[in-house]
Amino acid sequence: MPWRLMRFALSPEHPEGRMFQTHAELKDSYDVVIIGAGGHGLAAAYYLARDHGVSNVCVLEKGYIGGGNTGRNTTIIRSNYITPEGVRFYDASVKLWEDLSEDFDLNLFYSKRGHYTLAHTDSDLRTMRWRAEVNKHYGVESELVGPEFIQRELPMMDMSCGGHAPVLGALHHAPGAIARHDAVAWGYGRGADRRGVEIHQKTEVTGISVMSGKVCGVQTSRGFIHTEKVLCAVAGSTPRLLNMVDLQSPIYIHPLQAMVSEPTKPWLNPIIVSGSLHVYISQSARGELVLGASLDPYELHSTRSTLDFTEGLSAHILELFPFLSHVKIVRQWAGIADMTPDFAPIMGKTPVEGFYLDAGWGTWGFKATPVAGKTMAHTVASDSIHPLITEFSLDRFRSYALTGEKGAASVGH
Amino acid sequence: MKMIACPIQGLRPVSEFVYWGEVRDTPDPDTCTDQEWADYVFNRNGVAGIKKEWWCHIPSNTWFIAERNTVTDQTVRTFLYGEDGRC
Repeated sequence: MPWRLMRFALSPEHPEGRMFQTHAELKDSYDVVIIGAGGHGLAAAYYLARDHGVSNVCVLEKGYIGGGNTGRNTTIIRSNYITPEGVRFYDASVKLWEDLSEDFDLNLFYSKRGHYTLAHTDSDLRTMRWRAEVNKHYGVESELVGPEFIQRELPMMDMSCGGHAPVLGALHHAPGAIARHDAVAWGYGRGADRRGVEIHQKTEVTGISVMSGKVCGVQTSRGFIHTEKVLCAVAGSTPRLLNMVDLQSPIYIHPLQAMVSEPTKPWLNPIIVSGSLHVYISQSARGELVLGASLDPYELHSTRSTLDFTEGLSAHILELFPFLSHVKIVRQWAGIADMTPDFAPIMGKTPVEGFYLDAGWGTWGFKATPVAGKTMAHTVASDSIHPLITEFSLDRFRSYALTGEKGAASVGH
Repeated sequence: MKMIACPIQGLRPVSEFVYWGEVRDTPDPDTCTDQEWADYVFNRNGVAGIKKEWWCHIPSNTWFIAERNTVTDQTVRTFLYGEDGRC
């Protein structure tokens, strides 16, 4: 690595190539068209090319890569869910995350911090104990810890939360981590590009052609493409895409806002979440506090920010960490979350042959990026649902077979 | 703060309101099929547009319907149930 840096220092020009090529023209046809160049779409393209030998793939993106929820989340990676299918799935993801920097030869700043979900009531404690037991059963490191443990690890936290929501315990999940989110999209994009996948930015999908129940092509703002397989990975735009193929879904769209503070010296190693206070907080490698809360309370297809959010979240953060009262907020933003009624994704095959769905990622999509890409690549390449995602099919809303993941939503929604 | 016009109370801050989803017809549970019922229970129209929605002004418990643009967040009009002839 130092030699590479030396080359940068000595070269009059930037010696490193572009992360991916730009293609002037779309081809007439591709084996697979992926709609959405976020982490999920690019990860699917990467694993299709790397593991399944399918490289005649194009990834279409209306904006720019990683510009949607991939670059708008609060980068938390964990697997302490409550349902067996959830724990297995997210644990597979955490294992992929741990090797991803090496896999890409790109530093994702993957940083294992430990993750505390605070319990302020007896019923919170009960849920934490339940989650800990399910996690341990599947070999995931989670433990219910008491106030003494928390106070020892986090001496700067006000354990009484201003006197009105005392911390009774927490679910401690040691593998909890954060990573540099846009680097994930770039890593997958570069890896896919090197293996022959075409990435087309600023290319909007305006229609999907379906003939006798089978996908036959995609209409884009730059012309028509023939293809028999389409993977839809567009988060907040999913309902619009589903309309094009005449499918119904339970997905509803609410914005999710977040913000960061000015940088401070490193003082907060773990990630702290409190469902009762509607707060999650971690400190990035740059020293900024990355802060999030719950969903906006009504449907909106816009990434506007609100002052109500900043005020409400700041007030709750101060209950946990009163000494932050002079720290300034420097940025806030929003992402458009595609929510499902059971807080689990909708993945796999659909009633339209050749139309594959990777959606319903609501507020839990970033941590699933590697495993979603891997399982969707398998599903698209072999036209058979990967065993890790059978419980997440769109069909569960016809057969009344919802998952029970709602209990583990880290922040009250 | 963003304001919403309650048909009874007039312009009030959005924090006094609760959103209750799009106005939808309930199929007759005695005669509809399981699939129609599942469609009603779970599926939603998630596409952006001007939608008719149930809202409630909490302090006065006034339930009403708002026509709102879900892209710009502008309320086109608000009215009480039954006041527009259709719903």
